Amino acid sequence: MKLSTPHLLGIKDLQSHDIRLILDTARQFKEVLQRPIKKVPSLRDITIVNLFFENSTRTRISFELAERRLSADVLNFTAGASSVSKGETMLDTVNNILSMKVDMVVLRHSASGAPHFLAKHISAAIVNAGDGINEHPTQALLDAFSIEDATGGLEGKKIAIVGDIMHSRVALSNIYLLTKMGAEVTVVGPPTLIPKYLAEAFNVRVSYNIKETLEWCDVANVLRIQLERQNQPLFSSLREYNLAYGISRKLLDGLSKKIVIMHPGPINRGVELDSDVADGHESIILQQVENGVAVRMAVLYLLADRGEAGN
Amino acid sequence: MKTILTEHQISLTIQRLAYQILENNINLDDTVVIGMQPRGIFLSDKIVLALKNILQRQQVNYGLLDITFYRDDIRRGLLIPNKTDINFSIENKKVILIDDVLYTGRTIRAALDALLDFGRPEKVELCVLIDRRFSRELPIQPDYTGRVIDAMVTQKVKVRWKEKDEATEVIITE
Repeated sequence: MKLSTPHLLGIKDLQSHDIRLILDTARQFKEVLQRPIKKVPSLRDITIVNLFFENSTRTRISFELAERRLSADVLNFTAGASSVSKGETMLDTVNNILSMKVDMVVLRHSASGAPHFLAKHISAAIVNAGDGINEHPTQALLDAFSIEDATGGLEGKKIAIVGDIMHSRVALSNIYLLTKMGAEVTVVGPPTLIPKYLAEAFNVRVSYNIKETLEWCDVANVLRIQLERQNQPLFSSLREYNLAYGISRKLLDGLSKKIVIMHPGPINRGVELDSDVADGHESIILQQVENGVAVRMAVLYLLADRGEAGN
Repeated sequence: MKTILTEHQISLTIQRLAYQILENNINLDDTVVIGMQPRGIFLSDKIVLALKNILQRQQVNYGLLDITFYRDDIRRGLLIPNKTDINFSIENKKVILIDDVLYTGRTIRAALDALLDFGRPEKVELCVLIDRRFSRELPIQPDYTGRVIDAMVTQKVKVRWKEKDEATEVIITE
């Protein structure tokens, strides 16, 4: 058994058995991370470059830790401090790095489709660490892993995706993954932040009523309001957004059952999540971060197997 | 195909291996048993059961070890890991490592690496059902052996278990 794709560009390209394989492998890596020595020699012959053309804390650190826990050699690249600022193209930059015998590329880019473009031109395995408003596959995988931990499975589970669906690559990857694995998905948020034909394009429900949706769901994955990607006002103020769609303690306490609260980070406290919810007992936000390392180890481990990897 | 050990012979051998382990580890207080995934655990399950019966005790420190991430042939094809479950400390303990067949010794080499990531055992001993003694590629020898077999490299020795295969037996095929 192996992955049906040589790269991880998006959840869109994965089959449900690929997702199952990644999640099951991640479970073994999670056990590795509980050991006194949290490191295995599996990728000691592999060199990985982390190419981050866009800012990131969690994802970059998580990938780097996953790579080091697998004993890979790690190169870090951030666009700001590189020749990209002198006008070098992304493909030139990558080809120069690959000519130094690098086997895998972890790419974060603000342009949607950047890893897909790269995959057409280079032979190294590519892991998409977030491309524009398209996909963030490892986040969706770690979300799924965390949902399984918290609720025991994915199939038939009711998942609400809350907030800025329009600008969220996390939302899109989650929708692909959850519907492929047989979960029910409802997206909820202001009409201006939900793409018009979402319900037709995917097997999801669209709601504009936060209370009703929370009452329905087992898990609420709350997204960050991505002000940096909005070039026109889509709601009148952050305060108004918080009053209409923010998740407060009062809202959660008014529900007839306990639900699980997730957030991919970074949190805008007091906007999409109030602090007492983000730090409350329903929240598994920090478990998501912990699981992220194991899931990324699984992805890198499974993709590193290419006979003779890289070029 | 030839049967080397029948189910009855295997159960006698398991009793003997359990007694031999106890000769060197009188009460198992500072000893832990680790079965090797995926096929060593059928043998280790039975040895642990025999140890419990002989000692009349419920509790034996018994864990499972998967060595997929430590293999030296990891680039020759994707290997899917099995469960590792060691929920006790092996620091300063005597470890009895159990596997079904000792062949090249490479699996045990990987197991020793994996084991050291859990702590520093006082001593590690190896117990196997079948020792193919002329096929070693590394200087590794068992401490407890069910049966020594001098098979040719072209021959295959298979330990089959009722729980997984149709019958419990050791066979040799050309």
